[in-house]
Amino acid sequence: MKKKIAVTGNEALAEALRQINPDVCAAYPITPQTDMMQRFSEFVADGLVDTELMLVESEHSAMSACIGASAGGGRVATATSGPGLALMWEMLYVASGMRCPIVMPVINRALSAPLNIHCDHSDAMGARDSGWIQLWSENAQEAYDNMIMAFRIAEHTDIRLPVMVCMDGFIISHSLGIMEFLADDVVRKFIRKFTPHEALLDINHPVSYGPLIVTDQYHEYKNAQNNIMSEVFDVASDVAAEFENISGRRYGFFETYKLEDAEIGIVILNSAAGTCKDMIDEARREGIKIGLLKPRLFRPFPYEMIAAALSHLKVICVLDRSDSFGAHAPLFVEIATSLYNCKQRPVLINRIYGLGGRDFMPEHVSGVINEMIDIAGKKIEIIPKKYISLRK
Amino acid sequence: MKTKIIDRSNCRPVITQAGNSVALKTGSWRSLEPVLLKENCTNCLLCWLYCPDMSVIVRDGKVEGFDMDYCKGCGICALECPGKKGQKAIRMRKEEKE
Repeated sequence: MKKKIAVTGNEALAEALRQINPDVCAAYPITPQTDMMQRFSEFVADGLVDTELMLVESEHSAMSACIGASAGGGRVATATSGPGLALMWEMLYVASGMRCPIVMPVINRALSAPLNIHCDHSDAMGARDSGWIQLWSENAQEAYDNMIMAFRIAEHTDIRLPVMVCMDGFIISHSLGIMEFLADDVVRKFIRKFTPHEALLDINHPVSYGPLIVTDQYHEYKNAQNNIMSEVFDVASDVAAEFENISGRRYGFFETYKLEDAEIGIVILNSAAGTCKDMIDEARREGIKIGLLKPRLFRPFPYEMIAAALSHLKVICVLDRSDSFGAHAPLFVEIATSLYNCKQRPVLINRIYGLGGRDFMPEHVSGVINEMIDIAGKKIEIIPKKYISLRK
Repeated sequence: MKTKIIDRSNCRPVITQAGNSVALKTGSWRSLEPVLLKENCTNCLLCWLYCPDMSVIVRDGKVEGFDMDYCKGCGICALECPGKKGQKAIRMRKEEKE
């Protein structure tokens, strides 16, 4: 029997990094990621890994150093949160444009102002157009598993793109949960030996990185990047199938929960999906036909598959833990886009919850379930977008 | 140089052939071209010195002409040319393109 242990999300990811043993890791501390990199730095100090840990002066520098190390020919990882990711913004596009297969846990945190260190998805959502692959994780187990799969997806010869592994700050990063680790040799065998590609440090084959591409080919370059992104689906599928063989855990592009016969549904990312699943069980006991869809692969986004999973519903509530002020929130926009071409479309509502770490409680789930029932029964007017769990 | 159109197979901003910039001609956006009037030239080589590119061709200390693959037509050579007895050895004229 496999050993189940209680660890925090940050401990799980630090352990994954120890098992992966990257060549270079350049990082800057930011809550709630700090605790994870601090644990990893102990592994470095204790000689448990061969990683060159670069302590830089900012996240912009951290990502720059990672890009340099990746172009140099190393297997590279870093991690950040909230404003740290925001400060990396310029270099995120350089990492993806230069095809650097960097893996970066993003421990989701709110953006300032006002200053707030707690869970919120605004950080990673702000980077959704940066050309990075994004994997989202409900708990420590999923974050750990995504982290190990991320290296295989990122480093695949057809892909070679950076990957963010998103995990909720504090709610998962600092809370104990039960999970199981894979054995070190199993992880090492799964991730394989890293093969550099056109490495700057390969002095026998000199290369120049970063030349200008202007109006003649920039447009073609971006088209190529988009095409490469669309190949991620097949690669992520194959990697997940292989991962199932070593772990017994199956990962699709998204998870569905009691969705097949449902009439109403919730779409939600990360840790809050757990609370929703409990409340769905409760609602099901009362005869309410409700299900849930939780995206895992957010970039690239599996539009057709999500449409097929959701189009039979009457009403869907998309719950977003970030906002686009004066517009619909990011997850809602993707779900609406998925469903637009369907002949039969569910009624869609967008509810904003949990910004800056505001607790997402069972009664908030009941609230949206009741609202969807009333909309399905045409008892109330549809309000397209609204914040829930506001203080009165 | 025939440019390879970027697709997913070469979508990487990496130059793998050292010194391949010689293959890239950069004079295509010139609108004025320099004309050398040898009778006014003292071979002082100020044009060669001032050219921001390397487009003034000099052989055995004598100005022979211009490398039109790289000359952008900026006219600095013509401006700096002291000429002979007040008559410039380089003047710029509008380039007629096919």
